[in-house]
Amino acid sequence: MVNIIGAGLAGLSAAIALAERGIESNLISQQPSERAQSVLAEGGINAALDTMGEGDAWQEHYADTMRGGCDLADPNAVAGLTSHAPEIVRRLASLGVPFQREGGRIVQRNFGGQKKKRTAYAQSSTGKALMTALIDEARKYEAAGFIHRYAHHELIGLEIENGTCYGAKLWDTYADAVLRCGAPVVLACGGLNGLFPGLTTGAVYNTGGAAALAFAKGAALANPEMIQYHPTTVRISGKRMLVSEAARGEGGRLYVIRSGKPWYFMEELYPELGNLMPRDVVSRAMTQVCAREDCEAQVYLDMTCLSAETWANKLPDLRAELLRYLALDPKTQPIPVSPGIHFFMGGLSVDERHGTSVSGLYAAGECACQYHGANRLGGNSMLAAIYGGSVVAENAAAGQGGELETLGAITAEEKAELAVSPAFANRLRDILLGGLGIVRDASGIERALQAMDKLPSKTTAERNRASVGRAMLLGALARKESRGAHWRSDFPQRDEAFRKTTVATYTNGAVELAFQAIPERRAEL
Amino acid sequence: MTLKILRRKNKAAQPEWKLYEFQPESEKDTVATALTKLNEIIDDPIRWECSCLQKKCGACAMVIDGVPRLACDTFLRDCGPTVRLEPLKKFPVVADLIVDRGVMRENLQTLRLWFEGEARGSEKTDGLAYEASRCLQCGCCLEVCPNYMADGPFTGMAGGVPMARLLAELPQAQCEEAARLYREHVFEGCGKSLACRNVCPAGLDIDGLLVNSNAAAVWKRYFGRG
Ligand SMILES: Cc1cc2nc3c(=O)[nH]c(=O)nc-3n(C[C@H](O)[C@H](O)[C@H](O)COP(=O)(O)OP(=O)(O)OC[C@H]3O[C@@H](n4cnc5c(N)ncnc54)[C@H](O)[C@@H]3O)c2cc1C
Ligand code: SF4
Ligand code: SF4
Ligand code: FES
Repeated sequence: MVNIIGAGLAGLSAAIALAERGIESNLISQQPSERAQSVLAEGGINAALDTMGEGDAWQEHYADTMRGGCDLADPNAVAGLTSHAPEIVRRLASLGVPFQREGGRIVQRNFGGQKKKRTAYAQSSTGKALMTALIDEARKYEAAGFIHRYAHHELIGLEIENGTCYGAKLWDTYADAVLRCGAPVVLACGGLNGLFPGLTTGAVYNTGGAAALAFAKGAALANPEMIQYHPTTVRISGKRMLVSEAARGEGGRLYVIRSGKPWYFMEELYPELGNLMPRDVVSRAMTQVCAREDCEAQVYLDMTCLSAETWANKLPDLRAELLRYLALDPKTQPIPVSPGIHFFMGGLSVDERHGTSVSGLYAAGECACQYHGANRLGGNSMLAAIYGGSVVAENAAAGQGGELETLGAITAEEKAELAVSPAFANRLRDILLGGLGIVRDASGIERALQAMDKLPSKTTAERNRASVGRAMLLGALARKESRGAHWRSDFPQRDEAFRKTTVATYTNGAVELAFQAIPERRAEL
Repeated sequence: MTLKILRRKNKAAQPEWKLYEFQPESEKDTVATALTKLNEIIDDPIRWECSCLQKKCGACAMVIDGVPRLACDTFLRDCGPTVRLEPLKKFPVVADLIVDRGVMRENLQTLRLWFEGEARGSEKTDGLAYEASRCLQCGCCLEVCPNYMADGPFTGMAGGVPMARLLAELPQAQCEEAARLYREHVFEGCGKSLACRNVCPAGLDIDGLLVNSNAAAVWKRYFGRG
């Protein structure tokens, strides 16, 4: 039995791959798979299928991913990811994912930071289509008794002693009961959105609480300072809504009003990739042009040049969303956009096998730090979640134990320790934001750290969350260079001495930081 | 404005209407905004589910002014001075606005909703498969369906829509059985009133999907098969 926490793309992929090998799993999640953040993914999934007559090959996907991540990712892991990508996408097609096709071949679109058309998609709801296919595939193994589903179960404890995980505690939030499972435990619990409530494009239920718990119990975090700001987001009530990169992949253009006229700054500043430069570059350029005296402080995304056919067949959902939530029609009106927090490249530190620093504890998907280095390319994270899940399945040796064991009712004290008050969460967010913006410097980060010292945490969950925030800030302070999403105005150059992974650990109530060498690429790959 | 919320601590407790005052701050505020902000200030937070806040995950379905809807897709600017919130009624209540929608998953299990072999996948069927795959499993359709009952064989559209994906892309070997299950659990129970279509928050083309599924599973004329 393997116990998987999280039922998005990574968790589903792990459960299915385990079942294919005849290994049972408990698939445990706070909400059913249909509610996981993975259903929000729009633009697509990358694989060098070479269907567009551009002579694409996985080695180029590898090179783009490494370059996009500013050489901070593990090259062996990235080689595994990119070389398996075509097989993964073909498999998804065989599970009925309605990828856009023409003459029988899968059509691929342009995406940021990639030189070839490499992103397969299902209109503008690729994540939803992938999730539906994997949920149905998992259902087959549920019926066969290999996958045991537990929705509305939240991870609330990890049994870790001397660097080994023996099991986990779960809270059935419907029955208010506490349950237990054994090891191995796979965390597939998504990104750290909860550290920035209201400011991310992701799902509010991805509180980051599970990763924070693992961190507090001794699992190391890697590159916690690497946070992706997606250049094109809009504010809606309670969150930021993404305007998919596909909008630019299909021809959307960014401009700012300079001296009264639209200036398509990306096209002028970066003639080769233009609007499709990697996300970190675009977000920074937007911040910079908005700060210029001759420019207005608002960037627009102009999609009025897209054809009626594109709106009808490739981006219908995007248009419907903008109409519904902003009352703006992108077919005829430019959309005011600004960068918003979208993805966490950092997360639980894992090796190539997706093992964390704690034995018996694995992590895959957005909660893990793997593949994306200092900046993730669009279309690589669904791929990484699915691939990472399957790597876990190959490596997590099945443990003893069966379905979950009920321990009893949850107590009021236990519940109190799990609570994070909105006031605390919002204050932590504001502090972190001060130090972890698109452009950072030592004084801002230090101010944030001082403010953290004065932030009282009243519960275990608050303490755990604050310690992850502290790791982010300390990582940002220690990385005295600019690389990818981490841009220091006081150290604007990339420094090869920092081509290393930031590793944060929590020992005796304090966050400690070290830099770890990145593995060399093995010859056989 | 006033939010009138049907509350109960747990499934055993008596439901009780409670009133809350809320002042929207922006045109963009939704029922989800109101619930989030109220929970920041009241001592006894209202239990409800949400995840995406952009009508893509189905978590926040509830009955709003008598109609099953998504809280994150109901703008306060379109509501009257009092908004009534209740949990969906065709599922067992867990607490406040949370219901246990596990029965929908069980129904999909009954429908054996998976591919035994490779999906056919073609440009002809992809549009249908895409549409069907968008179902949020929110349960709003079941709320208004005159024929759906929790313990009956009929799954309602929360089963019928996902089944349309299977029927559109079905490998040959699975045809007979899937058609039989569809007839038994969808076709025979459905009165075709399409009340479900009017409330489906994903705006799914339920008629279109039904026409194709019926053709495949009942009339067997679909693309010359059967
Ligand atoms: C708007 C948007 C658009 C995107 N578009 C793209 C795209 O086009 N291409 C691309 O490649 N990527 C895209 N991404 C990123 C990508 O979707 C995610 O990184 C990826 O889906 C993450 O998958 P996951 O399985 O790791 O986590 P998730 O799908 O977030 O799943 C997390 C799971 O963990 C569960 N969970 C969380 N905490 C707990 C807990 N304490 N206890 C129990 N369960 C818990 C949740 O219930 C859920 O089941 C997008 C992201 C967003 C937000
Ligand atoms: S058409 Fe009528 S009977 Fe059929 S599922 Fe919809 S509401 Fe129910
Ligand atoms: S068919 Fe529509 S209303 Fe019914 S569950 Fe699916 S998305 Fe919800
Ligand atoms: S929160 Fe996802 S649909 Fe409302």
